[in-house]
Amino acid sequence: MSLEVRNLTVSHGAITAISDVSFSVREGELVAIIGANGAGKSTLLRTLSGLKEASHGVASWNGHNLLKGKAESHVRHGVAHVSEGKSVIPELTVEENLDLGAIWRRNKSEAAATKSEIFALFPRLHERLNQSADTLSGGERQMLAIGRALMSKPKLLLLDEPSLGLAPLLVKQIFDAISDISRKYGLSVVLVEQNAMGALKIADSGIVVNLGKIVMTGKSHDLINDPAVQAAYLGY
Amino acid sequence: MHKLSNLVRIILFIVLGVVIFILSNIVDEYRVTQGTTIAAYVVGIASIILLTGYSGQVSLGHGALMGVGGYTAALVGDQAGAKLMGETATGVNLPIPLTFVAAILAAAGIGALLGVAAARLSGPYLAGTTLALAVGLPSVANQFKSLGGEQGLFYIVGDPPTALGEGVTQSKWYFWIAALTTLIAIFWLQNVMRSRYGRIWKAVRGSDVAAELAGINVARAKILAFTLSAGLAGLAGALWAMTIGTVSPSAFQLALSFSLLTGAVLSGVTTLGGVMIGAVILVAIPEIVHSVVDRVGASQTVADNLPSLIVSALLILTVIFVPNGPVEQMRSKSMKKKARHH
Amino acid sequence: MFEFINTLLIGLTSGAIYALMALSIVLVWRSTRVINFAQAGQALASSYFGFEALKYVDSFWLALIIAMVGGALLAAFIEIAFMRVMLKHTTSGPIANVAPIIATLGLLQIIHSTIPMKWGGADVLITPPLSNVGFSIGEETLAFSPMKLAIVMLVTLLLLFFTLIFQKTNIGLSLRASAFSPELARLAGVRVDRIRTLGWAFSGATGSVAGLLLVVNGTGSLSPTSLEFSLLLISGFIAAVIGGLESLLGAVIGGLLLGLVTAFVLMYVSDSLFFIAPFIVLLVVLIARPQGILGKKGGRRA
Repeated sequence: MSLEVRNLTVSHGAITAISDVSFSVREGELVAIIGANGAGKSTLLRTLSGLKEASHGVASWNGHNLLKGKAESHVRHGVAHVSEGKSVIPELTVEENLDLGAIWRRNKSEAAATKSEIFALFPRLHERLNQSADTLSGGERQMLAIGRALMSKPKLLLLDEPSLGLAPLLVKQIFDAISDISRKYGLSVVLVEQNAMGALKIADSGIVVNLGKIVMTGKSHDLINDPAVQAAYLGY
Repeated sequence: MHKLSNLVRIILFIVLGVVIFILSNIVDEYRVTQGTTIAAYVVGIASIILLTGYSGQVSLGHGALMGVGGYTAALVGDQAGAKLMGETATGVNLPIPLTFVAAILAAAGIGALLGVAAARLSGPYLAGTTLALAVGLPSVANQFKSLGGEQGLFYIVGDPPTALGEGVTQSKWYFWIAALTTLIAIFWLQNVMRSRYGRIWKAVRGSDVAAELAGINVARAKILAFTLSAGLAGLAGALWAMTIGTVSPSAFQLALSFSLLTGAVLSGVTTLGGVMIGAVILVAIPEIVHSVVDRVGASQTVADNLPSLIVSALLILTVIFVPNGPVEQMRSKSMKKKARHH
Repeated sequence: MFEFINTLLIGLTSGAIYALMALSIVLVWRSTRVINFAQAGQALASSYFGFEALKYVDSFWLALIIAMVGGALLAAFIEIAFMRVMLKHTTSGPIANVAPIIATLGLLQIIHSTIPMKWGGADVLITPPLSNVGFSIGEETLAFSPMKLAIVMLVTLLLLFFTLIFQKTNIGLSLRASAFSPELARLAGVRVDRIRTLGWAFSGATGSVAGLLLVVNGTGSLSPTSLEFSLLLISGFIAAVIGGLESLLGAVIGGLLLGLVTAFVLMYVSDSLFFIAPFIVLLVVLIARPQGILGKKGGRRA
């Protein structure tokens, strides 16, 4: 099971957001995609999850073509996307948000079991179970969003800037949680982040994107120690 | 058409007026009468273009506002014609220009009140309020005897002044009044839309929040738009009353509000350029349908209902495929062409 | 005393029908964030379906069910063939907000023009299945009859049914999620397009019940230009707006409020003010609470 992306190009009208991007993610691998704001990272995830149409290229997960078909079909093939910013539905309760994640699953008892696992992972969600999601803090919303994604029993997790807007302590918590989850469930993860250091630290490998193109790839360890990366993204 | 200087525009309007005058002497009586109706529709549609196309608010009640204008005209206008028919003249017997002004003011007054409510309400809530008004207001006329109840009141402008000579029939006279009034109203409206207010309204239409942040007093802009739009509707109502000769609750029903909206969408609701299109369609379609039906010999119910079926279908097609109206559509096509050639 | 009670009962019964109409409008609003002005027209058409059905079956209730199915199918058809196309083409541009309103109004006109072509413009008759003769208490007759009782019970049943569906089932969750956040719902695997059609189908079914009940609550006569249906259009919509557009309960409260107020105005004030009463009620409510009685403050607008 792997994610294969070849020569992917995506345009917004006259502007090319992503140009000729190729990479792959093996089973169980956590790949961090870092780059400045507007580099095209979010567009990449949105294209992989079916929310945006690609102009050229190929992207498949486990043999399933991600570029064809409606967005709602991808979750049935094990792809879960946690979008940037508005990642929960504020008008629904915490429990309803979680249940939404499992709504397509046929086996309801398995879904219930997953829910318990998520409560073990994020006890705060259990505390706030019947509260409406708009009463949650930023960090709790991210936990809920990730929890909802997990409820769909994914094998590929697409995370769009999960640490955005969170306080430093919560940032560490979220990254730790992501690392634990991916290891525990053997998930393939594509982690898009502006927080390059945090992302690279938990990743197996990294991809640097600038202006819609891949400018560097490598093992995360190598990227962290690379002077160019350090200068541009790690604040050294 | 859109960046002409004021002098050129005035000349254009005068030329248009002259052309209309000449035409009115050439075509037959029936067409002239139709022309008066078209003029009334033009003013009514223009009021919707101002309200919806420019300030982004929706009203389902402009038919009722036309009613306010019409009734005001009937109440204060010159009833010399009524006297001739042996009816007791009511009201103040103001000359025509003052009558029209009164109609505008009365409708604008109601519009201002409505505008205050509208500024606080959005989309569906505003639609609902105006819908309720559209149905409720005409029935108020039923309640008060001084408003003529169900029969309504007369508004008979009367014969043309003898000074104009023999060739001028009553329908021509009405048409000239309506055409002149319409030209003045549209010219004035165009001025307003090109002014600072026009730009403010367009900003509000785009986004309330953004406009507020840019320092625009959104509520005031909206209320102003509503007031002016209502005034125009009142004027249209006065013209309407003049054409029909009477005002009654049944003349200003919900269907009239729908017609105005339809005409505005068909004309292209965001620009005044096409305002004639909708008016002509509204008048032409029933006639075309009737002649077709007569020739084909379909049943009466078909004949009665086919016009509104066709007009509604046109409305829907326009909203879906040409939402900004034919004029705007052509403009953006030509702008795109220009951009490509640079 | 009896006059008061009778007025109350009349108001409750017509209010229940308005509530049902408001319910169907709120159902569409909650699942697609569009106000369907054609709703009353669809209800009218569905009533004619019921009328047709009565030519083939004897039972009114069976005809009602057939009309519900017809209404649901009609609504689904409108959603698929019409609304989807429209929403795709008008998401941007200056009249994006207004376009759905205008389009559904156009649809209303189309329905109103087409009905007479098939069924003629004259009245047709639908016989109420239950007696409309009021219950007697001693020597007085209440303005409440077996028919009216059935109406109230049916409305209550439908309200409970839909509340259950929306709050307690996965379908309801999908409906709500699709309305609030279609994108997130899609990512969770909800087939948003199909769910929307279902929402419309529900509303079509509800509207058709409102239409038929309206007919049998009155004289049993049905015509395309019937006054009652014009009133239904407006009252249903106003009731939905009064209730706040956000909750099913709000729709019911709005409907009952409107029904009661108009009944009392009719009885104690005057005949002709009947039509302006909804407007006054609407103004009063919106001035006091611009978001409607049970609406949420400041949140979602058009």
